[in-house]
Amino acid sequence: MSVLVYTESENGAFKKTAYEVASYAKGIADMLGTDVAAISFNATDAGELGTYGVSKLHNVKEAKLDKFNAGAYADAIAQAAKAEDAKVIVISSSADSKYLGSLLSVHLDAGYVSNVVALPSSADPFTVKRSVFTNKAFSNTQISTDRKLVGLSKNAYGLKENPTDCTVVDFAPSFNDDDFKVEVQSVDKATDKVTIADAEVVVSAGRGMKGPENWAMIEELADVLGAATACSKPVSDMGWRPHGEHVGQTGKPVASNLYIAIGISGAIQHLAGINSSKVKVVINTDPEAPFFKAADYGVVGDAFEVVPALIEKLKAFKAANA
Amino acid sequence: MKILVCISHVPDTTSKINFTDDNTQFDTNGVQFVINPNDEFGLTRAMWFKEKQNASVDVVTVGGAEVEPTLRKALAIGADQAIRVDTPAVDGYAVAKELADVVKNGGYDLVIAGRESIDYNGGMVPGMVAAMTGSSFVNTCISLEIDGDTATATREIDGGKETVKASLPLVIGGQKGLVEESDLRIPNMRGIMMARKKPLDVKAPVGASTETSTVSFEKPAPKGEVTLVDADNLDKLIDLLHNEAKAI
Repeated sequence: MSVLVYTESENGAFKKTAYEVASYAKGIADMLGTDVAAISFNATDAGELGTYGVSKLHNVKEAKLDKFNAGAYADAIAQAAKAEDAKVIVISSSADSKYLGSLLSVHLDAGYVSNVVALPSSADPFTVKRSVFTNKAFSNTQISTDRKLVGLSKNAYGLKENPTDCTVVDFAPSFNDDDFKVEVQSVDKATDKVTIADAEVVVSAGRGMKGPENWAMIEELADVLGAATACSKPVSDMGWRPHGEHVGQTGKPVASNLYIAIGISGAIQHLAGINSSKVKVVINTDPEAPFFKAADYGVVGDAFEVVPALIEKLKAFKAANA
Repeated sequence: MKILVCISHVPDTTSKINFTDDNTQFDTNGVQFVINPNDEFGLTRAMWFKEKQNASVDVVTVGGAEVEPTLRKALAIGADQAIRVDTPAVDGYAVAKELADVVKNGGYDLVIAGRESIDYNGGMVPGMVAAMTGSSFVNTCISLEIDGDTATATREIDGGKETVKASLPLVIGGQKGLVEESDLRIPNMRGIMMARKKPLDVKAPVGASTETSTVSFEKPAPKGEVTLVDADNLDKLIDLLHNEAKAI
C-alpha cells in the first residue's frame, strides 16, 4: 500500500506543481506510515521527485499520450492505483487534473475532493480542508470511501524536501477505444509567455487603464517581473483582453506569490478569485477603492505615472541584485 | 438533437458568505439565488442549437422545491421543459448519479453543464456524469459545434486553447467563451408568461449514496491593514516586497 501521486509534466520535464503534489503526498504517506509512488506520462527522467519524497515512479511511455488525454490518463492512473493498492491518490487542482479527476474518481469508486488547502486534519475519518465559495470560505470535508482522491490547490502546501531514492519503472497500462473518444485536432498555445496557472507573479489591470492600447506598460511590467498578465471581468467583456486572462469568480482563480492589481477597484467577485494569492499590491487613483481593504501594500496614484516609474525602479533593482 | 442542460442553483456572485448551526450550514438568509454563471453560458449555447439546428432543450436541477424559480428562469429563457430531481444536492457524486439517471432515461445526445458551480467549486459533476453514462467528455469548453453525431469543441488549456473532435453522446463542462457575455439572455415578459405553462417534472431520486460530507465550514482569518506607500517613494515599495514580503 502506498500513496499514489499523479505528477504532471510537459515535454518530458516535470512541472513545479508536480513537486508540490509530491511534497503533499509525502505528508499524507507519513501520516499513514507508508511510501509515495508517482505516475507520469512520457517523463524523460525522474527529475527531482526523489528530493520531494517519491520512492517509485511509474512512467508510462506511450507516444499517443504526448498530448494530454483525460480519458486515457484517468484509465492509466486508475490501473497504477490498483497496482500499488493505493488508498489515497493525490492530484493537483490544475485544469488538466480537474478534467481527469472526475473520470478517475468514477473509475476507482474514490470519493473526490478538489481545491484542498492543507494536510488531512484526521486520517480516520479522512478529513481535509478545501476552499469553497471561490475562496470566500473553507469546508472541512470527510471522504467516506475506501479509496480517496485528493486534488491539491496550487501553492497551498509549498515544496517540502524529503530526500528519498527514487526508482523509475516502466508502466504499461492497457487502454481501450473509449479512452480515445476525444481526439485532439490542434493546440494553440503561446509557449513564450508565462501562464496565469504557473506564474509566481501576476500583473493584472482593469478599466483604469482606459483602453487596450495602454496595455504595453502592463506587459512591460510583467516582463520585468517574469509575470503573467491578467485582467478584471469588464476588461475581458469589452474585448480589451482575451477571456483566458479574466481573473475572478467566473474567470480564473489566481494563487500566485505576488498579485499586482492596477486600476482595478476590487469588486467582490474579483477579490474572490485572488484570495489565495499570498501578497497583494494595489495601484489605484481612488483611495476608497475596496481593493485597498484586501491588499497588503497599496499605492494611491495614477497608473500612467506610477507604472512607468515602477518599471524603471524594478529594472534598477534587478540590475543591482543580479 | 436532444440536449440536457444541467443547472446549478447558486448564491449570486455578490453574496456575502455566512454559516449557521455552529458553522455546519450555509446561511441562506438574505441571499439571492441565480443560475450558476457557467451553466448560463451553456444554456445560451443550447438555445442557439435549438434555434439554428432544431434541437430540443431540457433543463435539470437536483434539489428541493426552493430551486424551482431558477428552473422557471431557464424555461423563460427558452428551454422546453424542466426536470427537478427531488432530493437535496449533498455531494458531487450523488448529484452526478442522479443526473446520470436522467441522462440515461432521457436519451440525450448532448449534456451541457458548467465546468464548476460557483458555490462548492468541486468541478466534478460533468466528468462524473460522462463516466457514469459512457459519454465522451470535454471540459473547460469555450466553443462547440455539432454536425450530425460529431462535435468539434475548443477547450481552454493553460496558456492557450485546444480543438478536439468527439462523437455524441457528449458531455461538456462549459464556461465563459461558449457564448459572449453580451449574448446572455434575459427573460422577457413573453418568456416569463410562457414559462408558467411549460412542464416542470418533479422526479423521484434514485437515492444515490454520498462519498463526501461537510463536517464544518470556516471563514478566512481577518486581513490586516494595508501598508500604503507614497507614489513618489516606489523604492520603499520595492524594499517592502523584497525584504518584508519576500515576494520579489
